[in-house]
Amino acid sequence: MSIQVKSVYHQVGPLTSFPPGVGKEVRIGTHELAVFRMADGGVYALENRTPHRKGGPLAEAIVSGHYIYCPLRDLKIDVRDGRVQEPDTGQAQVYAVKIKDGCVHIEVPA
Amino acid sequence: MNPYQADWEVILMTGTDNKRRKLVLIGNGMAGVNVLEQVLKLTNTFEITVYGEEPYPNYNRIQLSYVLEGSKTIDDIILNSREWYEENGIALHTGTKIERIDTAAKKIYTEGGDAADYDVLIIATGSKPFVLPIPGADKKGVIGFRDIADCEAMIDAAGRVKQAAVIGGGLLGLEAAKGLVQLGMETTVIHLMDTLMERQLDDTAAGMLKAELERQGIKFRMGTKTVEVLGGTEVSGLRFADGEELDAQLVVMSAGIIPNTALAKASGIETGRGIKVNDYMLTSAPDVYAVGECCEHRGVCYGLVAPLFEQGAVLAKTIAGVNTAPYEGSSVSTKLKISGIDVFSAGEYQNAPDHQVLRIHDDWRGIYKKVLLREKKIVGAVMYGDVNDAPLLTRLVREGGMMTDELYGELFGGGTGCCGGGGGSKPSAVQGMADEEIVCGCNGVTKGDIVRVIREDGLSTVDEIKFKTGATRSCGGCKPLVEQLLQFVLGSEYQDKKETKQGICGCTTCSREEIVAAIQEKHLTSVKEVMMVLGWQQPDGCSKCRPALNYYLGMAWPSEYEDDRNSRFVNERLHANIQKDGTYSVIPRMYGGVTTSEQLRQIADAADKYGAKMVKVTGGQRIDLLGIEKQHLPAIWAELGMPSGYGYAKALRTVKTCVGNRFCRFGTQDSIGMGVLLEQKFERLWMPAKFKMAVNGCPRNCAESGTKDLGIVGNDGGWEVYVGGNGGIKMKEAELLCKVKGDEELVDICGAFIQYYRETGNYAERTSDWLERIGLEQVRKFVIEDMDNRKALIDRVETALAQLQDPWREIIESGKLRNDYFQRIEVTQD
Repeated sequence: MSIQVKSVYHQVGPLTSFPPGVGKEVRIGTHELAVFRMADGGVYALENRTPHRKGGPLAEAIVSGHYIYCPLRDLKIDVRDGRVQEPDTGQAQVYAVKIKDGCVHIEVPA
Repeated sequence: MNPYQADWEVILMTGTDNKRRKLVLIGNGMAGVNVLEQVLKLTNTFEITVYGEEPYPNYNRIQLSYVLEGSKTIDDIILNSREWYEENGIALHTGTKIERIDTAAKKIYTEGGDAADYDVLIIATGSKPFVLPIPGADKKGVIGFRDIADCEAMIDAAGRVKQAAVIGGGLLGLEAAKGLVQLGMETTVIHLMDTLMERQLDDTAAGMLKAELERQGIKFRMGTKTVEVLGGTEVSGLRFADGEELDAQLVVMSAGIIPNTALAKASGIETGRGIKVNDYMLTSAPDVYAVGECCEHRGVCYGLVAPLFEQGAVLAKTIAGVNTAPYEGSSVSTKLKISGIDVFSAGEYQNAPDHQVLRIHDDWRGIYKKVLLREKKIVGAVMYGDVNDAPLLTRLVREGGMMTDELYGELFGGGTGCCGGGGGSKPSAVQGMADEEIVCGCNGVTKGDIVRVIREDGLSTVDEIKFKTGATRSCGGCKPLVEQLLQFVLGSEYQDKKETKQGICGCTTCSREEIVAAIQEKHLTSVKEVMMVLGWQQPDGCSKCRPALNYYLGMAWPSEYEDDRNSRFVNERLHANIQKDGTYSVIPRMYGGVTTSEQLRQIADAADKYGAKMVKVTGGQRIDLLGIEKQHLPAIWAELGMPSGYGYAKALRTVKTCVGNRFCRFGTQDSIGMGVLLEQKFERLWMPAKFKMAVNGCPRNCAESGTKDLGIVGNDGGWEVYVGGNGGIKMKEAELLCKVKGDEELVDICGAFIQYYRETGNYAERTSDWLERIGLEQVRKFVIEDMDNRKALIDRVETALAQLQDPWREIIESGKLRNDYFQRIEVTQD
């Protein structure tokens, strides 16, 4: 038996409030996210918590290509799937994003 | 130049000879001005006047292709600034055309009707592009590729129109075409012959060259004769002999050059294809000489730079009255200046029945090498792909060297018949050179000059040599030769250095030196641009190279580079120090560690208001407020009303001071005053790594100079300056750089030292490691001993300092920065 978790898209603001090439901290209720608008225009949302066991935020990462570099320990993370690149390991939680009418919508569990 | 000395010489001259002889140069280009430079080294007996048609001082014509592709500005290629003419007492008339020479009365007349006398006249009017005598050749948009105006016309056209045609597939035509492609134009080269550069290359090399250029985006129409330029007043295309047409809104004629002889001809001086000169560059008129592309010597007109220097040397000695061997003609070698393409030829290049032909041709590696012998004597060579042997072959062809088994082994790889070699750093080409032989023809740098800087200044890379001597700076053709000199002088030491070389991060194989050189030479001004031009493997870079590039760019172009905030680590991006829980620490600036009760009250209030989790005195004598939320940072800064203390940055952290002679009974110097002064002067300056200072009032050293990047210890007579200390991961005691007496000199030396570190340090390299790498002696030489260099370093650090402002204030005042970098978005979840 599985537990159904309902997910809902939340409008978090116009695209213009997400400057490209740098992360933005977004809180949706109790969910803390780091949202990145990449140089190619794509917008990605990850849980604002590095997969590193010692923790820390991700929103202040350096953004390059489709990778971000964790601000505290320089883990290289693919924003598309949250996977930490070698030689480190781990995976950050990724949230679905869609752009509608110039606004960013992010899907989080209800 | 020392102005007093100049006066002395004038007085001496006029004392012995009341009337200095008048030397007039017509043509303000590389050939003529080079003669003047050489004359000035030999004698001071001339009063010199220069007339040039172009509105610029002497510039490096061979670098026009760099101006075209945008990697250099016109200023960058100026060889002699107007100040140079002034300093040497030369009267310069730019934009002035000479119409006639009266060789009997020894007078020249300008277009404007002015006249001037000469005792000695040099004609160096150069050459002009050969414009095909076809209908429409005078239309707007048809240009040559000879001067700055042509370059500007091309750059302008590239912004307005799309298609360009270059008539002529020779050296200059191909360089122009490459430049136009780089400017984004669709470019076709129309060449009369079936192979490119047919006057320098054989069919095989020309074929390889064409294939590579096609890959780089140039289109070709070979064996095609242009018969008409189409269009109204402006060009719209070309028609060819076979009736076909090509659309083009810009046409570059580079089907050859014609010596500028009109002036000589009009003045009754004997001309052929060029102005005829004898072996001492004398024309048919008495005391009238000609040099460079405008002259014809033994039936030959040269269109390349090396012969100009050889002719100039003979001419300068002749008019200075110094004995010289006659000029007997130049053996010409050619290198194409298109990046990524190495092609070379010297002497004879087409096989003839009486030649012995030695060749290797390897299509897989893209290498072709051919040497032509006549009765075992080397008479010509052509190479493509690997041109490391170019200097050796140039010399062998010039001297008519004999082929030997040993030489064969060297050129073609151990006599096995396989294409060995390739390593490229064979010292033998340079071993046989005389010290005064020119290595860099563009900048007149000799073998002796280069060997000296390697031996005496300890230089060990091509870039360092370029910076010091100018060799390889212009066309870059002599780079293999400079590498061989390094190998020759340093032996295996150089090889080791080369082999351990690796890129600054996984994205590139370029070293710091190569990156900084490219930034400076190609005038790169953004992180993106550096990555593109230097071919980054990961196109957007990584967390290692981006902050490094951002630093190097800011260091190289302090006034024009716009800092790339997103290429900085979080701390320097947000101007606060991120802590493990995602909060930040705030350290306001307290110059010299001196504060006031009022300041402390302000700090206490701010700490309370924004809930600082801890208030801590730092190791650098500052106060740190820990546990501040990101979105509160701008507000707490405003509340504090103090500038950023940079406790997070690769910059000057603090100047730690002791009490000094203001209070301390042992104090001999005002360490607090000096510490505050130094901190106020050098705060905010970006450095390769964090930078800590200390100033002590006496040798008891309470502020611990021994573990600082720059530590100062006062004594009764002045100050001692210690550098390269480190109290961190790798404990290292600072070394004594120098002792100084005055406060002013102390500040100067601090500035010069800091700037030298800024310019030569690897990103993230602390002074302790840097000093170990560079050596204290080298630092002492550049910062202390060489006063000119010290002065230049200070000038540059002042320029950098002039750009800086408090980053906290900037953020407080910018709503955009506050929104983009400090505000989080919060939405409720229903």
